[in-house]
Amino acid sequence: MQPTSLTTEQIRALIAKGKMKDAIFKGMGIFCLAVALLVIVLLVSDMVAKGSERLTVDFFLNFASRRATQAGILSAWVGSLLVMLVTALAAVPLGVAAGVYLEEYAKRNWLTEIIEINITNLAAVPSIVYGLLALGIFVYTFGFGQSILSAGLTLALLILPIIIVSTREAIRAIPAMIREGSMAVGATRWQTCRYHIIPYAMPGILTGVIIGLARAIGETAPIITIGALTFIAFLPPVPFTEVSPGVSAGLFDWVMSPFTVMPIQIFNWTSRPDPAFEINAAAAGFVLMAMVLTMNAIAIYLRYKMRKNIKW
Amino acid sequence: MQIHDHPTLKAEARNLNFYYGEAKALKGINMPIYDKKVTALIGPSGCGKSTYLRSFNRMHDLYPGNRYEGEIRFYPDNTNLLSPDVDPIEVRMRIGMVFQKPNPFPKSIYENVAYGLRVRGENNKRVLDDKVEHALKGAAIWDEVKDRLSDLASNLSGGQQQRLCIARALATDPELLLFDEPTSALDPIATGAIEELVHELKKRVTILIVTHNMQQAARVSDYTAYMYLGELIEFGKTDEIFIKPQDKRTEDYITGRMG
Repeated sequence: MQPTSLTTEQIRALIAKGKMKDAIFKGMGIFCLAVALLVIVLLVSDMVAKGSERLTVDFFLNFASRRATQAGILSAWVGSLLVMLVTALAAVPLGVAAGVYLEEYAKRNWLTEIIEINITNLAAVPSIVYGLLALGIFVYTFGFGQSILSAGLTLALLILPIIIVSTREAIRAIPAMIREGSMAVGATRWQTCRYHIIPYAMPGILTGVIIGLARAIGETAPIITIGALTFIAFLPPVPFTEVSPGVSAGLFDWVMSPFTVMPIQIFNWTSRPDPAFEINAAAAGFVLMAMVLTMNAIAIYLRYKMRKNIKW
Repeated sequence: MQIHDHPTLKAEARNLNFYYGEAKALKGINMPIYDKKVTALIGPSGCGKSTYLRSFNRMHDLYPGNRYEGEIRFYPDNTNLLSPDVDPIEVRMRIGMVFQKPNPFPKSIYENVAYGLRVRGENNKRVLDDKVEHALKGAAIWDEVKDRLSDLASNLSGGQQQRLCIARALATDPELLLFDEPTSALDPIATGAIEELVHELKKRVTILIVTHNMQQAARVSDYTAYMYLGELIEFGKTDEIFIKPQDKRTEDYITGRMG
């Protein structure tokens, strides 16, 4: 018969062994984290170092030019923002509605199973494929042409699965007792969604939207596929301003305008033989990075603000 | 059919069976609910008392695979609450519910109480103010919250939250109020306040209350039903059930030999 109790020395030895494993794992964790952080820091600082001499106000206010020192990103950042606007306006209502439907309304059967599997698959479809699809549908069939509208809708398709999935996850995090509490006073499903489910899921939905938009803003392949131009020396028409003598632009004329976006501008500059354009590319890369980080920061702030009031 | 000294019927279960998918959770329940009285449902865990309670406001309809058989007649209009022709929303508009764990919405105190009225299309500020105050008074919480109606409900204590949930249910003047173990998450003082409230409320509303606590059943109820394994074992006046139960199983449970 083995003695069942341990001596104090044995207990201490055991603890020491356990603690050592703790320390090893902690060290490994910190190392991995440091590698990831270091890569980002290196990337950003490299871009800043290379592009700093271009990071002036003029860089943001100049159109593309054949001379590197005078070339700017005006049409690119305006294009990116407008495309994002169209993307958000199209993808958010569609994605949220689809997510709410799947969680709150859809009966669980083989059809919803297939829809769910397909949404997951859609998230994994390479973005170039969306570009090809959009070229056929938006550019030619619908006749939207190589416009901001086509690009915005293409990217909306691309991020739709992200928004649907994050909406569903946010809804699932709402306790059943809140839903029951609402239904118990005689609310319909829609009233429950409208007053409770959607507002309480909003922080999570918002996170999904921003993650989606942050991905979309850096997408290059599908935008090239639908034919974004790389050299644009004008801005889309501002609503109600005069575009040609006696003709003023309509409210939505800008959506049909040709455009370029940040990643395409960067791609264009890096592919030029003149090394001076590398400086422009680095500076534009930094600006794009800053745009993404700003979006993430806004998302984190809004989520924090909204979550403060949601407790169960 | 009524026994002589019993008051008016408010509801009546007739041959009620209930199934969670294949599993039969309620077996042939026949039981009256008397108007403006408190009826307590007691029994060991898993005996079906919550399942039975949640049949009254068709909560089971929210989840797939649940099935009712039989009837719950609701008076004076003699509606079968379980009929497929009766919309569960109509049932829930007439029958209020208070849950086991306080479940206020993450909104203001005012909005929590006003919600049932808003759902019914009431948007007149004066009517809402009036009914919210009335409901909060009815739930004996008005004095504690009247100066901070726009505060978040989550800032209230557990007992206050539960009384707020009672106010939420009262705001729409239900005919029957269902309590699903309303004090199981509360301390003894908050429990006492809720029990007192139940006693007060029966002047205006019929109450059906599930409780784990037999002293509570004895304190608050006029009638008691003992359930076991999905069956109704015994139903009667509370003092008779507790002093002289007819069924051996009821007696075992009440005297603490089982459960």
